[in-house]
Amino acid sequence: MIGMSEWLSYRPADFLMFSPRVYERLFELHNQALWPLQPLALMLGGAMLFALLRPRPWSARLVAALLAVGWVFVAWAFLWQRYVPINWGIRYVIPLFVLQALLLIALGVPKGGLDLPRRWGVRRALGVVLFVHALALHPLMALVTGRGLLGAEVLGLTPDPLAIATLGVAAMISRGPCGWALLVIPALWCLVSGITLATLGIPGAWPPLLAVGLALLARGWPRDAPTA
Amino acid sequence: MPPPPSRLSRRALLSGLVSLAAATALPPLGALAQRPPPLAREVPAIGERLPLVGLGSWITFNVGDDPVLLEECTAVMAQFFAMGGRMIDSSPMYGSSQATIGHGLGKLDALDRVYAADKIWTSRPGHGPAQVEASRRHWGVPRFDLLQVHNLVAWEANLSTLLAMKAAGEVRHVGITTSHGRRHDTIERIMRDAPLDFVQLTYNVVDREAERRLLPLAREKGIGVIVNRPFRQGRLTERLAGEPLPEWATEIGAGSWAQFILKFIISHPAVSCAIPATTRVDHVRENMAAASTPLPDDALRRRMADHVRAL
Repeated sequence: MIGMSEWLSYRPADFLMFSPRVYERLFELHNQALWPLQPLALMLGGAMLFALLRPRPWSARLVAALLAVGWVFVAWAFLWQRYVPINWGIRYVIPLFVLQALLLIALGVPKGGLDLPRRWGVRRALGVVLFVHALALHPLMALVTGRGLLGAEVLGLTPDPLAIATLGVAAMISRGPCGWALLVIPALWCLVSGITLATLGIPGAWPPLLAVGLALLARGWPRDAPTA
Repeated sequence: MPPPPSRLSRRALLSGLVSLAAATALPPLGALAQRPPPLAREVPAIGERLPLVGLGSWITFNVGDDPVLLEECTAVMAQFFAMGGRMIDSSPMYGSSQATIGHGLGKLDALDRVYAADKIWTSRPGHGPAQVEASRRHWGVPRFDLLQVHNLVAWEANLSTLLAMKAAGEVRHVGITTSHGRRHDTIERIMRDAPLDFVQLTYNVVDREAERRLLPLAREKGIGVIVNRPFRQGRLTERLAGEPLPEWATEIGAGSWAQFILKFIISHPAVSCAIPATTRVDHVRENMAAASTPLPDDALRRRMADHVRAL
């Protein structure tokens, strides 16, 4: 049996099975294989952002359904097809992505399931900031970190922006239990991803970690008082 | 009827270009012919001589199905075999590394040159034979030369499986592994009690715990010793990179810190093979060149360890 002292002798780097270059090329190969899905994904993301900014009765259902599709697609196209071959541990993460999609459908698709705020307050503002980052800024991180646009992580096609966008939605919805339920898995993914990037020494570890902090802050923020 | 025009895919084109680049990176055949083979040492337990430097695959060969990186790994293997290397070590725990090795062996037609060392890594003892078969298919070898119990995972049952496979002729040699200096007490006990051919452990100029009990015991029992993490996964050579090599390093023919460290390791008489891992052809060349005379004697080995400790 492995004792506690032996477990404590391991460092995060001891669990890394691949090099930074291999990790970065995952996204390049993924983008090459999926082109031209990226513009479509960005347009759908834009539609979701519009729904969050100008909520209609059907907006929450649209957002929940599109995000659910994203979680299933990323689980299959990125995690299973690309990430599992270099990281067998990801096999155990895939069911959580499917569970997140089921949660989004179960909580968000029935009429009146999720309640998007119509008035501005701290929760909504932080939620929108997270969503905008996931949609527009996160793909550009590839330029900042020197990967080039070929290595861009696009919402709906790769896990980090999808998790950050879902954190944004979970942060802003009015019903507390639903918000917390939708927040857990994306937050766990962002923590794992941030630690992975930091351990690999790849720039850009802080957005997923910061996103978790902002989502928790928003969810824990006192409910915005209704204004007349 | 004329044959249909063949379509050259981007993937095939890329693969071909990288292979060409890899091939042109190799030294000319004349130069290879003049190069002496790497130093080898007999492993008493198996009655064979193995080159003192091999090739590891942890992290470096875990490249998935990336066509560019697969060809880079193939170029590393090509250089390794061209310089007389034989032992390549992997594990089912190493992601796609086994498949990468299989890709390279197939492309290089090197099944007759490789000493194939892999591991059994499962906590479900009944799963062992199926895992070994899956590993064998990845490598594309008829059978493994060496199978080891990876990091002592379920070692009683898995070692029993491997010994039964050896008795049936399904593997030539068996062993156990550890790393980072962990569980040396258990390793020592198994070395005393079980008919091992090899033990794999961490040993280098700063990780010297194995010198106290395991290396002397390996010599006494004739067990071969494979050394992993010779450069502490690159951190040791990175740490030393800013320091000048001591002038007396020329006495042992070490032209770099990597060669300095490897020569320290393989000069221990109990060591059979060090297995540095790399993605770079120039590093393979450098590593393999370390398996050459002169090697340091006891006094110089002490000086080497003292020098690095003082840095």
